[in-house]
Amino acid sequence: MNNLELQKHANEVRKGIVTAVHSAKAGHPGGALSAADVFTFLYFEEMNIDPGNPDKPDRDRFVLSKGHTAPGLYSVLANRGFFPVEDLKTLRHLGSYLQGHPCIHIPGVDMSSGSLGQGISAAVGMALGAKMNQESFRIYTLLGDGELEEGQVWEASMFAGHRKLDNLCVIVDNNNLQIDGPIDQVCSPYPIDRKFEAFNFHVINVDAHDFDALRAAFGEARQTKGMPSCIILHSLKGKGVSFMENSIDWHGKAPNDEEYAVAMADLEKIDAELEKAGEA
Amino acid sequence: MAETTVKKIATRESYGNALKDLAEEFPELVVLDADLAAATKTSIFRKAYPDRHIDCGIAEANMMGVAAGLSLMGKIPFVSSFAMFAAGRAFEQVRNSIGYPHLNVKIGATHAGITVGEDGATHQCNEDIALMRTIPGMVVMCPADDVEAKAAVRAALEYKGPVYIRFGRAAVPVINDRPDYQFEIGKGSVVREGRDVTIVATGICVDSALGAAEKLAADGVSAEVISICTIKPLDEDIIVNSAKKTGRVVTVEEHSVIGGLGSAVCDCLSAKLPTRVKKLGMQDVFGESGSAAELVHKYGLDAEGVYQSVKEFL
Repeated sequence: MNNLELQKHANEVRKGIVTAVHSAKAGHPGGALSAADVFTFLYFEEMNIDPGNPDKPDRDRFVLSKGHTAPGLYSVLANRGFFPVEDLKTLRHLGSYLQGHPCIHIPGVDMSSGSLGQGISAAVGMALGAKMNQESFRIYTLLGDGELEEGQVWEASMFAGHRKLDNLCVIVDNNNLQIDGPIDQVCSPYPIDRKFEAFNFHVINVDAHDFDALRAAFGEARQTKGMPSCIILHSLKGKGVSFMENSIDWHGKAPNDEEYAVAMADLEKIDAELEKAGEA
Repeated sequence: MAETTVKKIATRESYGNALKDLAEEFPELVVLDADLAAATKTSIFRKAYPDRHIDCGIAEANMMGVAAGLSLMGKIPFVSSFAMFAAGRAFEQVRNSIGYPHLNVKIGATHAGITVGEDGATHQCNEDIALMRTIPGMVVMCPADDVEAKAAVRAALEYKGPVYIRFGRAAVPVINDRPDYQFEIGKGSVVREGRDVTIVATGICVDSALGAAEKLAADGVSAEVISICTIKPLDEDIIVNSAKKTGRVVTVEEHSVIGGLGSAVCDCLSAKLPTRVKKLGMQDVFGESGSAAELVHKYGLDAEGVYQSVKEFL
């Protein structure tokens, strides 16, 4: 898929995030928006998946370890055709299948998650199981940078490095902000790359919002044998919505009606720019 | 009169043997441990099936998640550690990564209760039944002896969903070695009939309850003894029917009286047949170092202790 198409899909994913969180009157838009491009790249280009057959046995797996950014995962699944985009408005509503954090019963969701540090362990277990079963599919998991403060992340990483799980791709969304402040002021996990290297990962640093760079990074990860890969995404929290960008306030807060209108106008402006770029 | 020699086996040993014996029949079975294979006895399985034994190192939280992931790849993981670390340290991982998605993961927790002995309170888990019982959909079992432990492992493998089984460190008498022995998840059994008082026991305390019943008989008290292996789901019928007959119930467990078998029995009887209940177990205290036999005696969970408590209760 060409970059312009990916950018358009990513913008639709962002609209879905903002719309879902607005309708829920709660949720986590900031970290979902920072990861919208990688969600798009994974589900529209990188992963072997089939929206018509969400449980097909040889599909690539994805575990959203930073489960609070469920609106991002749900939005990309909906936009990819796993369920209706209209359903995003039921996020967090009583009786909706779109739970506040990912639930394994949602079409396209491979593992329940949301308690930080746990998703990566499940992904590691899947990678080990796939190896034992001599399966060739890959396992992806997305972590937040604040999530790296959880000790379990490093238990899982030690295990993955020790077991040489080269079918595992750990992705870190390094937007530098967590609820209580910038991550280097709360309890710094830096240097993130050297930590994963020390745990015997092949580490790739990349601009989270550049599809050429993402394509190269995931290609490099796929070529890496004998060790798991870690792709560190240098991202902008709240990316695409002017007043949410690089703002801690929008980690876990829903926009009101006025703010929602501004957010959608921002994203529609991006649409117009992409249209213009396409015509040029 | 010379005492007949009773065969004694630790249920952790039964666990290791059962895993090995069932490995061929259940090719999806894999066993995880956290650097305790020699103690949990999964080393017996490892020796026979090294490729299906996964040592996760001293990292129980990750081990639970790895088991969850393996189950999603079609494996049936049996996760092993001491009860303190499996149910205690990794409680939230068991709840959120195994219980909530209702995955087909089995937890074989050894070294439960005070019969851990000399290691002392930090390693004597008297809270695991309570913790595991609160997780929706979790089956909780506590076998009484070698025969029941092996039957429970098989039943867990045949059942689809999360199961917690607690095993002990100390060798205990084999009491279920009889041709008509049958095992079913959720079914208790009347191991001695009586009419004056019901003693409901689990795990190694079933043997103590039987010993107490013998002593009570000498005093002219007829005690019914019910063996409960599955604490959740509880066999409510067997307890209610016995309580109807005797009107008095004593529960015995090598576990805190808060949240374990005693609480489960009270939950049942308070709703279905309000009955006076005395709960024997660890009375909201930590254990301590000592031999298993000394500790069981000190905390009143041997036959003599149960006998004395029942006498006081009547």
